[in-house]
Amino acid sequence: MSEQLAEREPLLEVDDVTIKFGGVVALNGVDFTLYKGEILGLIGPNGAGKTTCFNTITGVARPTTGTIRFRGEKVVGKKRFQITRMGIARTFQNIRLFPEMTALENVLVGADARHKTSVVGALFRLYRVRVKPEELTEVTATGGMTRLAQQLSRTGQRFFGLSRHILEERAARAKGMELLQLVGIEGRAGELARNLAYGEQRRLEIARALATEPHLLCLDEPAAGFNPAEKESLLALIRKIRDTGVSILLIEHDMRLVMGVTDRIVVLEFGKKIAEGSPSEVRDNPAVIAAYLGVPTDAA
Amino acid sequence: MNFQFLGDHFVSLTVTGLTQGAIYALVALGYTLVYGVLRLINFAHSEVFMIGTFVTTIIWAGLGFSVGDAAPGTLGVIGLIVIAMIAAGAASGATALVVERVAYRPLRKRNAPSLIFLISAIGASVALSEAVGALTDRQPRGMPTLVVPKVQFSFLGADVTNLQLGIFFSALAMMIGLDIFINRTRLGRGVRAVAQNPDVAALMGVNKDRIIMLIFILGGAMAGAAAVLYDIKVGLTTYSVGFLLGIKAFTAAVLGGIGNLRGALLGGLLLGVVENYGAGVFGNQWMDVVAFMMLVVVLLFRPTGLLGESLGRARA
Repeated sequence: MSEQLAEREPLLEVDDVTIKFGGVVALNGVDFTLYKGEILGLIGPNGAGKTTCFNTITGVARPTTGTIRFRGEKVVGKKRFQITRMGIARTFQNIRLFPEMTALENVLVGADARHKTSVVGALFRLYRVRVKPEELTEVTATGGMTRLAQQLSRTGQRFFGLSRHILEERAARAKGMELLQLVGIEGRAGELARNLAYGEQRRLEIARALATEPHLLCLDEPAAGFNPAEKESLLALIRKIRDTGVSILLIEHDMRLVMGVTDRIVVLEFGKKIAEGSPSEVRDNPAVIAAYLGVPTDAA
Repeated sequence: MNFQFLGDHFVSLTVTGLTQGAIYALVALGYTLVYGVLRLINFAHSEVFMIGTFVTTIIWAGLGFSVGDAAPGTLGVIGLIVIAMIAAGAASGATALVVERVAYRPLRKRNAPSLIFLISAIGASVALSEAVGALTDRQPRGMPTLVVPKVQFSFLGADVTNLQLGIFFSALAMMIGLDIFINRTRLGRGVRAVAQNPDVAALMGVNKDRIIMLIFILGGAMAGAAAVLYDIKVGLTTYSVGFLLGIKAFTAAVLGGIGNLRGALLGGLLLGVVENYGAGVFGNQWMDVVAFMMLVVVLLFRPTGLLGESLGRARA
């Protein structure tokens, strides 16, 4: 499998990245490549530098030395929102939603990164486009002034078109609902994020990240706090997302989940890469076993 | 103490108070927007308002309407007001943006502690007010009486004038417009996202610097509009006009729950009305005492204001 992947197109290239926080070396010469269409696992004991690695890729932390390339373009030095717009999205180990917004609004914030109308365009809605008949507002009221108003607005749209802003907004809402459906919480679209159940919040984070239309989705312990049944359905979701053409970088503690879903695994310990390979290769690697279990006589 | 007077003139004191409160509320929006997103009290906002009052008189004088000139017909007056709103809104918005660029952004880029922002804000406030003071020789500047108060109707024994109606409803319309903008549009969504979690908003592709520019411009424009209403109502402005009004507006914002747009509206109106009752009972010289006593009492019972800090309540 690894030989095949080597010929595939590299998406993310982490090259000799070192980060020092004061005297602490959080990452030490880490390099790995993630290929297009791949699910790459990033594992290691607590404090191995997995989240730091994520932070570096998404522009939260800056490497002391080394480079990161995404689709051939340099990532280091770019602003966070620019990196997102390049096509890297992430979720968080500790859930970080916008608590006072509805589930759908949370997703829309992600989708807004892809909008094309400018601030001025959105304010004054000057740029208008012709609309297809199916994009006109529907006349749903059965009578009275409401029906008249709907008919007038439909006629107006037919003659003057709609502002591109409104069309984009509508498309974003439709897409947002699709994403909520994909992660399985479409029934909670109008609920404030803080009122969602824990598992729903985790799923919403994935939907919000996908709304930015990423090429690469970075999941930071998405199964934390899940029961076996929830983990099973998360596994299916991750595969489904990969099948839509999004590559995935996965940090996860649950070994069964990691072994079951990833194509390849990179193992970090104390900021250094100690192993890389297919799940079975990694599982049998003595360095990895030592890192996880310490002295073999006292295995937990 | 004259409770008899309060009882006899309750409705008319309320009407006058609502008019004054509408102006407080418009200015309060600027404090609340900036606080909601940046957790920063923009003390220079009072001078942003002051700039608006001067730009209004300058624009009117430029169009040939100075102190003592007769007002044009109704349409002419509306035209003058609209032009002044656009000009003062633009000037105040631009001033707010300059304050953000000069006094706050460089500090933000260096991760300065919040005390430093406070000093910078007070410095910007004094610099603006003193600069205008120097330019105007500290003389007040008058303007034509564009709207002569005329009683439109009587409500429960209180006369309601066209001036009061105009100020109240134009302020209300602008606040509703802002509320819709923040809660219903894409840009408003970005503002709320940054308010609730700035770091995550950036990771979701929101351009934080642009959102911050936007809130300063919006808050400034609202203060500019308030300045026009103030000019029409008072007919006089001076370099220090922003000080007390700014503090009152800030009080209104805190009273309603700073960071909360609807709180600013409620706080502004309540402050205007209560201080007017206070003036009725204790006499005009006690008006400000009553206003600030009320703030203390409300905060004793509701430390986050009447409606709570909602624009970004749950910031991590």
